[in-house]
Amino acid sequence: MERTDLDLLFKIADLHEIPQGAYNIRKNGEGVKRHSTANIEIKPKEDKPGIDIIVKPGTRGESVHIPVIITAEGLNDLVYNTFYIGDYADVLIVAGCGIHNPGSTKSQHDGVHNFIIGKGAHIRYVEKHYGEGEGTGERILNPQTNIELAEGATAELEMVQIRGVDSTKRETKAVLGKGAHLLITERLLTHGQQTAESDMSVDLEGEDSTVQIISRSVAQEKSKQIFYPRVAGFNKCRGHVQCDAIIMDQATVRAIPEITAHHADAQLVHEAAIGRIAGEQIIKLMTLGLSAKEAEETILQGFMK
Amino acid sequence: MLQLKNITYIPEGDKDANPVLQDINLTLERNRFYVITGPNGGGKSSLAKIIMGIYQPTSGKIFFEGQDITELSITERASLGIGYAFQQPPRFKGITVEELLRLSTRKNGQSSDGNGAGCNFLYDVGLCPKDYEQREVNASLSGGELKRIEIASLLSRNCRLAIFDEPEAGIDLWSFSRLTEIFTNLKKKDGTCTVIISHQERILALADEVIVLAEGQVKEKGDKEDLLDGIINRCDCRKDCVERA
Repeated sequence: MERTDLDLLFKIADLHEIPQGAYNIRKNGEGVKRHSTANIEIKPKEDKPGIDIIVKPGTRGESVHIPVIITAEGLNDLVYNTFYIGDYADVLIVAGCGIHNPGSTKSQHDGVHNFIIGKGAHIRYVEKHYGEGEGTGERILNPQTNIELAEGATAELEMVQIRGVDSTKRETKAVLGKGAHLLITERLLTHGQQTAESDMSVDLEGEDSTVQIISRSVAQEKSKQIFYPRVAGFNKCRGHVQCDAIIMDQATVRAIPEITAHHADAQLVHEAAIGRIAGEQIIKLMTLGLSAKEAEETILQGFMK
Repeated sequence: MLQLKNITYIPEGDKDANPVLQDINLTLERNRFYVITGPNGGGKSSLAKIIMGIYQPTSGKIFFEGQDITELSITERASLGIGYAFQQPPRFKGITVEELLRLSTRKNGQSSDGNGAGCNFLYDVGLCPKDYEQREVNASLSGGELKRIEIASLLSRNCRLAIFDEPEAGIDLWSFSRLTEIFTNLKKKDGTCTVIISHQERILALADEVIVLAEGQVKEKGDKEDLLDGIINRCDCRKDCVERA
């Protein structure tokens, strides 16, 4: 692998080398390295681009890395990945996409991820998006994530856009069964003329299912962000949506959370707040000896951590 | 150590208003422990913020160790060893107590590791470091907890001039005696100057000198023995209470 590849892998998956456990590394629209383990099988789809990741029931403490890197201009990569998580398995999945666009034509990756999570299983899914490149070509990432959680299953999704992504349209859909729990943490940073749209829809169908959506974003310069987190309760359930955004410069942020109860015992809450960095926060850090710029960076880093 | 010369402060954009501080002349010496007291709205916090550089005086000069610091920024004054603990400290989403204390100590050349000097000060303010280091400095902390963390962050800075703005506000009685212990220990620290803005008799009792600030002016400055009885007995509310009783 080349230096750029390794840099991108580090940015999106904290990888310094080929990971332990199961992995599939996709570069410029093709799988370049793949490894299955006794409990986690990764195999290419037969009908369309992408892979199936099959985790055996009861698999515990293993990880799957499926990073995607793009280092060519003018590439339009569409991929379908399906995760079958066996009952009572407990695994870490690290995805993410890094684009280094060296040219003037756009490079785009649209990843469609489907999760079918078995009874009592638990996943932690980490997805980081990052763009860079000396060219003027746009870097576009449009992830779709669809999740089905069976009885008692839990999923923690951490979805982060670090920086450098010119345009993103993110769609996340989830359906929760009895006693299932979903935690989605989304953190987006946009700058320049970038645009980001995040559309989430969670259906709480099972009794005692719970969801928590935490969105934290920073919009700098002339970038634009729109959030549509939606939760619907069809049973005795609990849902909490929290959107927090820091707005800077001439940016625009819209947050439109929506909660719908179809059952008298559905407890749903949403909160949304948009504001600039509080002046007193900057002043406090300056009294500790930080410059105004250092103070601002520290506050943003903490907020987006 | 610190000299304020003819300091007047009128908030910007409010030029017709009465000055918040009016022609303040004040000298603070090293190895002295000062308590600034006086009625609400008398200008105590504004004076502290003028010293820290948070507010710019409308006129007058400030000297620290002989250097004119009137035009210096907050950051520059912090680097000279001036520190200020806020009356109402801000909260930070995502920043942990440990990280905040690490920021406090990093400019002192002190240890920046997780179990370093910063976190020991949590113990001093009655918070168990193990319970608090990883907590975020956000709305999950009570006002009293936040206030104690604020005090710890200033203590950890090892300042030459440390100003605490009503440190007792929001602190429960149990922790209060601990707080007075901390300030008693600060008195023993050589070469430094401590200023506390307070209304508490027990903190006033620690002072080498008491400064009474009212209506934006220094009304009195002197030994606590001379001033304390006068302050308490002159309080109109107290007289009224005594008479009613």
